[in-house]
Amino acid sequence: MADVIKKATRESYGEALRDLAAEYKDLVVLDADLAAATKTGIFKKAHPERFFDCGIAEANMMGVAAGLASCGKIPFASTFAMFAAGRAYEIVRNSIGYPHLNVKIGATHAGISVGEDGATHQCNEDIALMRTIPGMTVINPCDDVEAKAAVKAALDFNGPVYMRFGRLAVPVINDAATYKFEIGKGVTLRDGKDVTIVATGLLVNEALEAAKVLEADGISARVVNIHTIKPLDRELICKCAKETGLIVTAEEHSIIGGLGSAVAEAVTECCPVRVVKIGVNDEFGHSGPAVDLLKEFGLSAENIVKTVKANLKK
Amino acid sequence: MDAKTKKELQKTACKVRMGVIEGTYNAKSGHPGGSLSISDLLTYLYFDRMNVDPKAPEDADRDRFVLSKGHTAPALYAVLTQKGYFPEEELKSLRHIGAMLQGHPCIHTPGIDMSSGSLGQGISAACGMALAGKLDNKSYRVYTVLGDGEIEEGQVWEAAMFAAHYKLDNLIAVVDNNGLQIDGKITEVCSPEPITDKFAAFGWHVITMDAHDFDSIEAAFAEADTVKGKPVAIIQKSVKGKGVSFMENQVSWHGAAPNKEQYEQAMSELRAQLAGLED
Repeated sequence: MADVIKKATRESYGEALRDLAAEYKDLVVLDADLAAATKTGIFKKAHPERFFDCGIAEANMMGVAAGLASCGKIPFASTFAMFAAGRAYEIVRNSIGYPHLNVKIGATHAGISVGEDGATHQCNEDIALMRTIPGMTVINPCDDVEAKAAVKAALDFNGPVYMRFGRLAVPVINDAATYKFEIGKGVTLRDGKDVTIVATGLLVNEALEAAKVLEADGISARVVNIHTIKPLDRELICKCAKETGLIVTAEEHSIIGGLGSAVAEAVTECCPVRVVKIGVNDEFGHSGPAVDLLKEFGLSAENIVKTVKANLKK
Repeated sequence: MDAKTKKELQKTACKVRMGVIEGTYNAKSGHPGGSLSISDLLTYLYFDRMNVDPKAPEDADRDRFVLSKGHTAPALYAVLTQKGYFPEEELKSLRHIGAMLQGHPCIHTPGIDMSSGSLGQGISAACGMALAGKLDNKSYRVYTVLGDGEIEEGQVWEAAMFAAHYKLDNLIAVVDNNGLQIDGKITEVCSPEPITDKFAAFGWHVITMDAHDFDSIEAAFAEADTVKGKPVAIIQKSVKGKGVSFMENQVSWHGAAPNKEQYEQAMSELRAQLAGLED
């Protein structure tokens, strides 16, 4: 494993903004006193005249982004997921979602892997909140390559987009030279016939690791990466449901309202099969090293293997 | 302001007030009190001040307007009909199913620059528009109107900090200081006073004016034009329900529609006022 490159997707976010600024003249970046952490500081260093710190005032930042977008700018409003989707929810809904403005929300430090800061900063609810807003696109990239591709795709897309990035360095599993990203299109990373593991974000790598272990035990697991939770690739999910039956979802998010819920909503309409959700259960997180927390909360290849085996028997 | 211009504005404001009554009466709901207190202001902005053209509502160089106190949309809709953005008939279906005119402003309506009405949010959007103007070296101005109750929202002060920090002197925020909010007098509910001192402390240039005197309004905006490097807050002393005798200074008319009898009386009063302005 020594040769695996690891990188936090928040880093990819900052780099992508910096690198795309020349091509997209209307791109501007807003932050709420977290530029060093969200990595928009990378953009600020290269393009200070297009970077605006709003101070610790996320509600206003979202409104300012709306106003900028109404005048043709493409603002990337950046802060931690907790404040972007949580604190500023109603502003995102009413000032960005309702007028359907071309605002991109870069939400970093999503999920339990925030680590030591603990429950107040571990946002496990953002996907649920954001996907209830009509017309909002919700993207949760799994690695550096996908995160950068998502930023580019969001720029080329006209409408509000919520992008979710992580604090923790995670393995780069996609090949930048060949990777193609399309909003709303899931990616089948591995074929299989006994079960489909539908994963998003940093759980995609865990799903791939789990599939290898399962294969050694004679279980053929399909792995699907759903980077766009809304609009969900229903066609792909329903195809998987028909072909493999059992679906196990895996996400670094509450099991209420996130990827697992979205997948379950889809299959109940097109092909009812069992959907077993791996995610943060109905509880708050707590402080600790990110890697240990992910294990503790069952957001691991090990738990995916265990869950698949337990549910294939039923 | 010359007498002729003033009289024309007064007449238009009277028609705007009739539009407010027409709209809320037909909607059987809505907010006439605060709509009537900003009718003169909106008339002045749209007929004497702002660079806007109903034939080019999306013009990139136009002045922008955000009704942060979005519940008083009837006044904005009425002024937009007077200006020719859409037919006056639309006021009769305000708030109805399938109607263009929503209970609160929606960006998809001609002449509306921003969806608003969840209080405290419009001023932030106005800041974004003003910042965009600065970035593009455009000379347009951004106007926004807030309620005096609305400024109890914390987001207003986040925006106030932002506007001063980025020296948005192309932004003018008017606070409609009619002294009343849903639950009663603003000073008794959870007082936002002293309003002028607060905006001054946040780094704004503050002007006060009489909301129902076009000379005072014109003088305030003329002073605003001279301000450089700071956003401008105009605190307009207004009368909630202005122009309809039984609605004036009555908190009960914040969010209630006139019935048939009240509608007839209000319209008759406004028609009389209009007639008094005819030569």
